[in-house]
Amino acid sequence: MGSTYVLKRLAIMVPIFFLVVTLVFFMIRFAPGGPFSSEKSVSPAILKNLEAKYHMDEPLLSQYVRYWKDLFRGDLGPSFKHANRSVNEIIEEALPISLELGLLSLTWAVLIGVSAGGLAALKPNTVYDYVPMAFSILGICLPTFVVGPVLVLVFGLWLQWLPVAGWETWQDRVLPSLTLGFAYAAYISRLTRGGLIEIRGQEFIRTARAKGLTEKEILIKHSLRGGLLPVVSYLGPALAGIITGALVTETIFNIPGLGRFFIESAVNRDYTVVMGTSLLYFTLIFVCNFLVDIVYAVLDPRVKYV
Amino acid sequence: MSNSLWTDALHRLKKNKLALLGASFLILELMIFFLIPVLARLGYEAQDLELTFAAPSPVHWFGTDSLGRDLFSRVIFGGRISLTVGLLASLVSALVGVVYGSLSGFLGGKIDNSMMRIVDVLYALPFIFLVIILMVYFGRNFILLFVALGLTQWLTMARIVRGQVLSLRHKEFIEAANSLGLRQRDIVLKHLIPNTLGPVIVYLTLTVPSVILEEAFLSYLGLGIQAPLASWGTLIKEGVDVMDLAPWTLFFPAFFLSATLFSLNFLGDGLRDALDPKGARD
Repeated sequence: MGSTYVLKRLAIMVPIFFLVVTLVFFMIRFAPGGPFSSEKSVSPAILKNLEAKYHMDEPLLSQYVRYWKDLFRGDLGPSFKHANRSVNEIIEEALPISLELGLLSLTWAVLIGVSAGGLAALKPNTVYDYVPMAFSILGICLPTFVVGPVLVLVFGLWLQWLPVAGWETWQDRVLPSLTLGFAYAAYISRLTRGGLIEIRGQEFIRTARAKGLTEKEILIKHSLRGGLLPVVSYLGPALAGIITGALVTETIFNIPGLGRFFIESAVNRDYTVVMGTSLLYFTLIFVCNFLVDIVYAVLDPRVKYV
Repeated sequence: MSNSLWTDALHRLKKNKLALLGASFLILELMIFFLIPVLARLGYEAQDLELTFAAPSPVHWFGTDSLGRDLFSRVIFGGRISLTVGLLASLVSALVGVVYGSLSGFLGGKIDNSMMRIVDVLYALPFIFLVIILMVYFGRNFILLFVALGLTQWLTMARIVRGQVLSLRHKEFIEAANSLGLRQRDIVLKHLIPNTLGPVIVYLTLTVPSVILEEAFLSYLGLGIQAPLASWGTLIKEGVDVMDLAPWTLFFPAFFLSATLFSLNFLGDGLRDALDPKGARD
């Protein structure tokens, strides 16, 4: 039962993967301009050599077939702009950075979101409810590219507590991950509050209360598992959002992650890097959604995937 | 057509303070945008090079930017562009979504099944990456921008409309209309469509802010609206570059963008609760 569901999900990935490779490949090739068109003083002979080296002189269709052949061997090709570097090398370097940023942001989002939402649900319609919920409205309405610069301005430039760019020390990690996680913390706190308040009206909670358990015990032992289901199902879209949001965050904080390579290579027409990073992004988003669905099925015994 | 559904909904909406706040802000903002010729005496490109980075004052209400341009005018003109892109793209998404969804629901059976499978497959595509690639390679023009953004948003609309049509098709009032001998066309136009309108309007209201946000996101990265035009996204980017010198150049566009997103989101939530009291949430 469970395994057929897993197989179905994996099977659906095959046509999507094919679609993404084909779409991105032809979109960038049909567009005007090329990776070498911006280089000013390239003589025709050198240009020809360059094109031959990257197989750009071949017909488009055979380049497409070649890309698939390389892809099956796990080879994403050489970069057009970063001399002597392969796309695989670039990804090997950038991916861990982006993953770390994403995971840190997600940790912030869940930690802050669940505790703020839990606090609000424990004491609804008090200050403990109003203050976190007001913050969560702010978090939902302020885009990453406003939160980031404001944090940089206040904590980096005015107070000078934290560095504003780079990815070397632990201090470098604080502002970018907070920036990226803030909106999701806000949303998660609302979901947590809503889920917990809803589950409080259920009979098994009344039973627990009748047994004489304290509110805190009820919250931790009985409400959280069911009350957090909306949060878990939100983690899929949240992860996808964090992955896209990293594009801007990495630009703001000058972090050498995947997002920056994606944007830079898109602008520079570095074909292979655009392809490689897009495919990786797509795979990441797919895998995240997949994992979240499985976690959801484990947490909620009512969900059965047939 | 006096319809008690809509009167009831309006009544419920009036009780929702956040939604009302949002609606009033939007009305105020739209009024300002239409009064531009009167209020913005200085064009959004007019420069006063003697007065760069001027702080907010009675002359320049929001101050000036690095090129001595009046920020108030720029925020208003930028807002017009952001809202226009948001509305047009949402309409594109609504058009595609409603046609696709109602067809799927109306035709039913195997066709419905395969049409919805296609939607499932497309859901997994990271559209924003495709839009970025599209914008980089095919010129950053206005029409392409809102069409591309609209095409990233129609999937949910299609699902909602299909669900509505499916559930309505077998309701008693449609059967009654059928047995009274109404023509199919009249049933669709007079009974089916008015009843899907509520969810469509709600979702449309919620699509506008997400498109505005996506456009601002692209413009911030330099991939959206191009100079000499400016949207809130480009203004925020300009503000960020000089925020330590002139924080107001970041503050005003950021405030208007955020307030608009806030208003549209809470108005949409309010409309949803008002139109569907059973589904009302906390």
